[in-house]
Amino acid sequence: MSHKSVMPGFRPTIGLTVLYLGLVVLIPLSTLVFESFKLSWDDYVHIITSKRVLSSFQVSFFAALIAAAVASVFGFITAWVLVRYSFFGKNIFHALIDLPFALPTAVAGIVLATIFQPSGFLGRLLNEFFGLQIAFKPIGIVIALIFISIPFVVRTVEPVLLEFESAMEEAGASLGATRLQVFTKIIFPNISPALLTGFALAFARGVGEYGSVIFIAGNIPYVSEIVPLLIVIKLEQYDIQGATAIALTMLVISFLLLLIINLLQFWVRKRSGQL
Amino acid sequence: MNTHTIPHTSAKDTVVRQQHALQDPKWVRWSLITIALGFITLFICLPLGLVIYQALSKGIEAYWAALTQADTLAAIRLTLLVAIVTVPLNTLFGITAAWAITRFEFKGKSFLTTLIDLPFSVSPVISGFIFVLLFGAEGWFGKLLATYDIKIIFSAPGIILATLFVTFPFVARQLIPLMQEMGHQEEEAALSLGASGWKTFYSVTLPNIKWALLYGVLLCNARAMGEFGAVSVVSGHIRGLTNTLPLNVEVNYNDYDVVGAFASASILAGLAIVTLVLKTLLEWKQTSR
Repeated sequence: MSHKSVMPGFRPTIGLTVLYLGLVVLIPLSTLVFESFKLSWDDYVHIITSKRVLSSFQVSFFAALIAAAVASVFGFITAWVLVRYSFFGKNIFHALIDLPFALPTAVAGIVLATIFQPSGFLGRLLNEFFGLQIAFKPIGIVIALIFISIPFVVRTVEPVLLEFESAMEEAGASLGATRLQVFTKIIFPNISPALLTGFALAFARGVGEYGSVIFIAGNIPYVSEIVPLLIVIKLEQYDIQGATAIALTMLVISFLLLLIINLLQFWVRKRSGQL
Repeated sequence: MNTHTIPHTSAKDTVVRQQHALQDPKWVRWSLITIALGFITLFICLPLGLVIYQALSKGIEAYWAALTQADTLAAIRLTLLVAIVTVPLNTLFGITAAWAITRFEFKGKSFLTTLIDLPFSVSPVISGFIFVLLFGAEGWFGKLLATYDIKIIFSAPGIILATLFVTFPFVARQLIPLMQEMGHQEEEAALSLGASGWKTFYSVTLPNIKWALLYGVLLCNARAMGEFGAVSVVSGHIRGLTNTLPLNVEVNYNDYDVVGAFASASILAGLAIVTLVLKTLLEWKQTSR
């Protein structure tokens, strides 16, 4: 006997869902794939291996990698502090974590550029005391991407830390473990899949990020030019082929990252016993 | 014999030691709090404060003048228009998709769920670029649109389409896990008592999902009003015509009009704060349910 749901509305809802998904997401996205068929393989390789494109990929990936790593360290500490300790103003800090999600990227971009430019509040301090210039250098990109990455790490680690069973810690403690051992042998291994997921989410977002980066990066070709900006530049020069080749490469990389993230999340759920 | 006393003291010792193994030492606690708060202050509080400081740097009158400039007002109007069109459409879609996915079993369900999340993993610039490929002058429908004199790219429809794409998953992704967890016994009960499908949705489902729905709408709206990358590619940056507020921020900033840029930015930062406050309230509502 086939299981038939008594719920009404399967056909209209699934029909509308697929139709809308097709019109708004799938057809537009597939144009990028079809457009790339106009390129021969040689053209594609020629575009992607040009020095400027390769440098931009290098800049984007390195910056996103470093930013995601820094955000993972500090994001983990932040999540830990927010879950385990209580202190004055905790609720406000807790709410503020999501600011990078809520603040439009262009606003983040001009604010960070203003703070870190040589005449800016922190830019001047760093320059005077450490001789360090952040804005209009690759490290500026890292700063912008750290800002973007924070909520990804905190919001992925936080629920796992919250649900983490203190019974496991108690078991470790009753067997004579020190605090450091409880942390390194029990807590951290259990949190690490979530931390890795947060890192991957932050990295994936960082590679594609545009608005918050372009103001602080200085956008010097070969030095501090990110991939999304290069797509925009190619487009402004009416180099549709160039833009298509770069965009398609980015898209494939994003989907691979999405796949990895999904596997990671599956792993997290499996480990925390939700599956 | 010694054996009587040893277990007693060692048990006490063990308790103390266990207590130490379960709690972070005070110095660790305070240094971690300092690191975390320092990090958040540097990366989040400072930028937020700076928006207001810069917007008011030439006085309140300059700020007000920047806000009431014709171009800024036009940008506010366009931003509102984009949100008014995209948010209801994506809300409607989110409810429909969540109903189909959580209330029925069918082949390819998890694949469909993955497809819904797709726009989140596409770079904003690419999200705009695909619409240029479709509707731009050189695009697939470029010639057709030109013969009928319809403008999509470098005009409001393109901005709306790109925003629709970018904000597509927000509502659905809030509703799907919740409705999955809810199960459908309550709805089945209402249906078996003779309620119509609409009536069931309206009086059984909706009250249960209303906070999550509002939450999704809130996030969708924040992104719709604040999207920059995708919109920037399709807009053409025509002052007073195709600039949304985030684009107005960029245009003014590149013209070294600091007060103008930060005046527009202050509206968006205000929007972000309102979003965060409402979000926190909704989270409390949801957990207290």
